[in-house]
Parts: sequence; structure tokens; C-alpha cells
Amino acid sequence: MSAISLDNVDISYGDTKVTFGASFDVAAGESFGLVGESGSGKSTILRAIAGLGTTWTGAISVLGKPRRQGIDKTFARQCQMVFQDPYGSLHPRKTIDATLGEPLQVHGIGNRGNRIEAMLEAVGLDRRFRFRYPHQLSGGQRQRVAIARALMLEPKVLLLDEPTSALDVSVQAEILNLLKRLRQEQNLTFLMVTHNLPVVSFLCDRLAVMRHGRIIEVADVGLLKSGKLVDPYSRELYQASGGKSS
Amino acid sequence: MAATREWLLADSPTSRLQARMGRAYRIVTALLRNPLATLGLVIILVLVATALFAPLIAPYSPIGQELANRLQPPSWQHWMGTDELGRDIYSRVIYGSRITLTIVLLVAVISAPIGLVVGAVSGYFGGWIDKVMMGITDVFLSMPKLILALAFVAALGPGIENAIIAIAITAWPAYARIARAETLTFRNSEFIAAVQMQGASSARVIVAHILPLCTSSMIIRVTLDMAGIILTAAGLGFIGLGAQPPLPEWGAMISRGRTFILDQWWVATMPGFAIIIVSLGFCFLGDGLRDVLDPRQGENS
Amino acid sequence: MSAPLLEIENLRVSFPTQQGRVEVVKGISFTLGRERLGIVGESGSGKSMTGRSILRLIRAPGRVTADRLRFSGIDLLAQSERQMRAIRGARISMVMQDPKFSLNPVMTIGAQIAEALVAHTRLPRREIAQRSRDMLQAVRIDDPDRVMRLYPHEISGGMGQRVMIAMMLVPEPDILIADEPTSALDVSVQAQVLDIMDELVRNKGMGLILISHDLDLVARYCDRILVMNSGKVVEECVASQLSEARHPYTRGLLAAMPHMDETRETLPVLDRSQWEAT
Repeated sequence: MSAISLDNVDISYGDTKVTFGASFDVAAGESFGLVGESGSGKSTILRAIAGLGTTWTGAISVLGKPRRQGIDKTFARQCQMVFQDPYGSLHPRKTIDATLGEPLQVHGIGNRGNRIEAMLEAVGLDRRFRFRYPHQLSGGQRQRVAIARALMLEPKVLLLDEPTSALDVSVQAEILNLLKRLRQEQNLTFLMVTHNLPVVSFLCDRLAVMRHGRIIEVADVGLLKSGKLVDPYSRELYQASGGKSS
Repeated sequence: MAATREWLLADSPTSRLQARMGRAYRIVTALLRNPLATLGLVIILVLVATALFAPLIAPYSPIGQELANRLQPPSWQHWMGTDELGRDIYSRVIYGSRITLTIVLLVAVISAPIGLVVGAVSGYFGGWIDKVMMGITDVFLSMPKLILALAFVAALGPGIENAIIAIAITAWPAYARIARAETLTFRNSEFIAAVQMQGASSARVIVAHILPLCTSSMIIRVTLDMAGIILTAAGLGFIGLGAQPPLPEWGAMISRGRTFILDQWWVATMPGFAIIIVSLGFCFLGDGLRDVLDPRQGENS
Repeated sequence: MSAPLLEIENLRVSFPTQQGRVEVVKGISFTLGRERLGIVGESGSGKSMTGRSILRLIRAPGRVTADRLRFSGIDLLAQSERQMRAIRGARISMVMQDPKFSLNPVMTIGAQIAEALVAHTRLPRREIAQRSRDMLQAVRIDDPDRVMRLYPHEISGGMGQRVMIAMMLVPEPDILIADEPTSALDVSVQAQVLDIMDELVRNKGMGLILISHDLDLVARYCDRILVMNSGKVVEECVASQLSEARHPYTRGLLAAMPHMDETRETLPVLDRSQWEAT
């Protein structure tokens, strides 16, 4: 059973169609990269899977269950999302403790204090950050909180929307390491949207390249690493990203 | 003292309470650094104290008439003089502060929450809910506030309770507009999406996440509006549609003093001073609060 | 190489904060000839402030001091605002990050390019229009007359940035400062824009200061590289020898970036204690 499955998905914003017939599968425990430039529709697909306010036709299923509009509590415990902007993904007026405790409150899970502390440790944040406000944390620290929040409900599938694009190179390395480690420890499935090919090389097993709303190639990451992507647009992207032509 | 301060300003609070109090402390100290805001705060506190301790402060009864003593100028026995029925104006002004405070607080407590909820719900859901609610709001907003208040009081009958209801009805639409505008600025932000992803109900998102972000601008706007509310109440009282005699409402006092304004200026002017000072107090405080709570600057505190 | 275009010695930029005056650029020195110089650093390194201080674009309460800040023999610190205006655009130009924010949304493209010439030359209108057209063609916009009538919101990001370059180069300055010129652009467009900028700079024999957070990009398009961290220059090297950089920060940055043919299990993380002063 694949963790995420898309079949002929068309997503529209109002009258404009943004993706055309998108289809791909992500196996359980796999890390899948969705690559493309701005306007390619990659983030839109992520939001459609998450159920965040887009209208779509076709079939989307997560962990075997078909997706519909909206987010119910069962889905929330299976699939969560890490957003791009560390400055916008945390509520400015809530302490880290409140932000991490919220999902537990919504689902009536007890033992909050201990769970929060355990999660802070898991993402490499010291306990002293627990009652701080977001503006007292750096970009990298905020992103760790965002990852912690996504994992509070112990989902099996994690959707990542450009999780390191807004971070400095040195901080990016730390967050990428963290993501890799957490995935191995908890056997998570990743679907990561990014425009940065080297990040895909580091973190993903397979990737799909999107352009103008269509998936033009699905490949194993080995092809990316060796510069042997098939589609001419993929190769263009590869070279523009600094890949050495083979 | 120093230990408490350190606890409040601690870099890494160890409890929710400490974090919240620390934040409140930073806001209050920032406010007190502004001299005008502090002045405003002092004026308001004096108003509240006067209202609370009126029976202890006022030298005379506010309604006790002494016709032999009518229209006396300010003197050592009557600091603000006496009015046309021999009542001590100073005592009336003091007791009048209760009425003013009651009106202002009740109007704020009634209209601000209504406006806040209407605006936040409207902004969050969008679509036809937004259109309907904002349509209703616009209907109210399109009419001049004093005229609308007049119409309601005329329909409901004169009296202080009806005056309060009438003013509250004219005040909430502006708050709804503000709350909606605030909500729209962050409605699509990622932290809201994150809460939605947790399966939170719309009610939870609005109450726990959206309303807290609207409160700053709401507090500022309400404080600044209080001056206007006082003036509207005074206006209604002036026309005789607010508090009824013998209640010492400041607007009504000015109205009755109109006839003597040239020779016995103190009858109308003393309550007028009181209105001006209190209005200014609210304005200064509101401005100070805006400087301190404005999200653009507040995030850096 | 001829006399340097730009000589900077002990440049310091400071801003007042709640905790007292803070220096964001802590005494850096370098020269620029008719070459391409890259200034690389992460956020907070002071690289953008350096670029802006050259053009005296930092206003009070920020303070800029230097032992030397000379452009072609002119002491920039001693220039009045009026004299600086004559230098900005005409002799030193700056291309900024996001054309969405740096192009005037209510003026047509043609008007904005012409403005650069009108401000600094006394050419007749026909001549200005011709120069604008030529410049747009130089940045590989094939239909200059049509584009000149468009407004900024009607063109793409990549085209907007090319227009920006055209605008900044049409008065034929001696130095171009480019502050993260391609960070807001898609990867495929980045190379195109940088190629154009590179070609123009070399053809006109200008000096280029390319400010970026992207080490690879700077290594590809510059002759020399300065690496900045926390307001100081920690490394200066020839671009082609970047892989032989010696400072632990530069080496750390190079190692921390994922490669296209990545095989490592974890990425090495910067150990800041290695160079940070107390």
C-alpha cells in the first residue's frame, strides 16, 4: 500500500487550472522529492493532499484512505505538514509550549508537559526554549519548532513545503540532518517540495519534476546524482542548478 | 523588588505564567516610558478612583437643593460653585464621573466583543458569510453615529440605559471592520494553516488563534473611541435624551447651564472641563497603547 | 591592472539598538579594480550594508566611517548629498534583489530607463529613446519598443531583473554593485540574468561587486571572492581557488552545502567556536 497516491489530479484556483493530470505514488517509508520552479504547481499539489482549501478532481489517497476536502482529526494523526517560512508558521503570540501543546489539546491527549519536553529534545532544542515566544528564536530554531509541532501527533506521513529555502546554508545543513535522522528513527514517509536539487540528492529516494502544472519526469535519485535525467527540461534544471553535464 | 523584576524579564521563562507576566511587564514598562501615555493613564485612574470613592470625596450631596444658595460662583465652600438649584457643582461632577464611567465601560463591553466576533468570523470564512455580515455592518456604518443614536433613543425612550444601548449599536460596526481587516492580513498565513492541519474546528481557530491577534488593534481603537463615546453621551444628555434629571450627567449639566453661560459661566464650564480632561486622558492612553502594542513594533519587544 | 576604482579601508557601519551601538560592519578593507568581486556571507554578515555604504545609502541613525572610502580618487565620505547624487547611477550603480519592489509600479519601463538618462545627461529625447532601446536589446529583450510601453507588473521576474540591469547600466557607470540580483528568480532564469550582467560588465570594462549568499554562484561569476562573517572579512581568495579556501568558516560553508552527487549520510555542521571571538 503506497503512503500517498495521486491519480490524474487536476487542481484549480477559481477558474484557472494549475495542475493537469498529476499522477504519482509514494511508497511507505520513502522520501520523495517534488521539484519544479515557481508556478510549476508543486506547492499546490501539497496543499491539495493536505486538504488546505483547493478544489481538485481526480483521486488522492493517503495511507490507503481517499482524501476529501478539508481535514478531519483522523487524517491529522496520519499526515502533517512542515511549512516553508519559519517566520510565518508559528503564531506570534503563543509560547513554544502553547504551540506544541495545541495539537495535543485538540486531540485530547494527556501528559502534555512530558510529551512537549521529549519532542523538544528530539528536535535538538534545549528546554529553556519551552516558554519563549517565536520572536525570541532564530530562523533555524523556529523551523525546529515547526518540525516538532508536525510530529506531536506522531503522523506517519510528513509533507514538507520547501523546509529549508528560507534558511542560511549553515542552518540548512542542521535542519536537513535533523529531518534525515527523524525519518530514519520513526520510519516516516516524506513528500518534499523544493526547487533545490542538491537537497533532493541528500534527502530523497525518488523525485518528480514538474513544469507548468505537469509532471514531466519521475526518476530515481540515482539518475539525478549521476546527471542522467531523461527529459530535456529536467536536464536544463540540472545544469542551471550547477550540475556538471555527463 | 529586584528579584521580581529579574524573574519577569528572564530570558528563558520556566512556566506559562512567567512568560505571560513577563510579556505584560514589558508592555507596561514600555507604556510608562511615554510621558503623555502615563498622563493619560493617571487621568483614567483618577476617574476610576473618583467614581469608586465618590461618597467619600464629594463634600455635598449631588442632588440636595439649596435654593438660597443658587448660582454662587466658585468659592472655598463650593469649589466649583452652585447651579440653578443650589446644588454643589463639584459634588455633581464627582458623582457624574460614575455615570460617565458606567456609560463608557458598558458601551465598550457590549460593542467591542460583538464587533470583534462579527469581524473575525467574517474575515475567516469569507464568501457569502463575509458578504452578508459586512453588508449589515455597512448599513450601520453608513449612518452618522449621533443621528443613529438619537433615532434609537427616541424610539426606545430617554434614559441612561437606552442611551448606552443606542451608543453601543452605533459603535460595533467600526470594530467589526477593523477586526475583519486584521483577520484578512493573516488569514492565509502558515500558522493558521498549521492549526487547521491539526484538525482544529473553525471555532477553535477563530477563538484561540485569530481573536488574540485582533485584540491589540481593538484595545487601541476602543480606548481612542472612548472620548467619542463620552461626547456622544454628553450630546444625548445635552438634548435631554440621555440621563434624566436629577442625575448629574455631565452633558445634561452643560445643557442646563447654557442659559446662564454669560453671567454664571461655571455652571456649564466645569462639567465641560471634566469631559475634556477625561477625553484627553483616553486619547493619550490610546495613542500610547498604539505605540506599544502595534504589531510592527511590538514583535521586537 | 590599472589604478583601483574603489579603495576601502577600515569601513565600519553601526546602528543604535536598545543594547547600545552595534557594529554590523567591523572594519573591512578591500580594493576593486576593473574586475568582478564577489562578497559572500550569510544573513547578518554585513555584506548588504557594505554595498549600501559605498553608495552612502545608509541614513541616520546608521553611521558609516572609514579611514578610506575612495572612488577613482574621489573621497566618497566627503561628498555632499548633492555630489553623491551625481555619482549614484551615473558612476556607481546598484541592482537590487527583487524587481517587484525595486521597479516603480506606476511608471512604464521606458519611462524608468529614460529617467536614469534624464537625471544624469542632457541628451535630446530621441537620443535617450535610442539608448534605452539599445540597452534593452543588450539585455536580450527582443522587442524593446513593446516592452518599453509595459508596466512592471506585466513582465516576469526574470525580465524585470533584466530591465533593472538595463536601467542601471544605461548611464554607463564605472562600477555596478549587484545585491543578491538573482535570489528572487527561478534557477533557470538566474543563469541567464547573470550571463547578461557578466557580458555587459566585461564589454564595458566595468567593475562589478556581486553580493550573494550563494558561494557557488559567486565562484562561477567572479574573479575574486571575499567571505564575510559577522561584519568581518574572514577570507579573500581567487574564485577559481575557492575549494582551497583556508578559513574554517569558508571550509565549513563549502562542506555544509549538499552536492548534486551527494553521498554523505549527514552534512557537516559549522562549528562556530572555531573562529568566533568571545
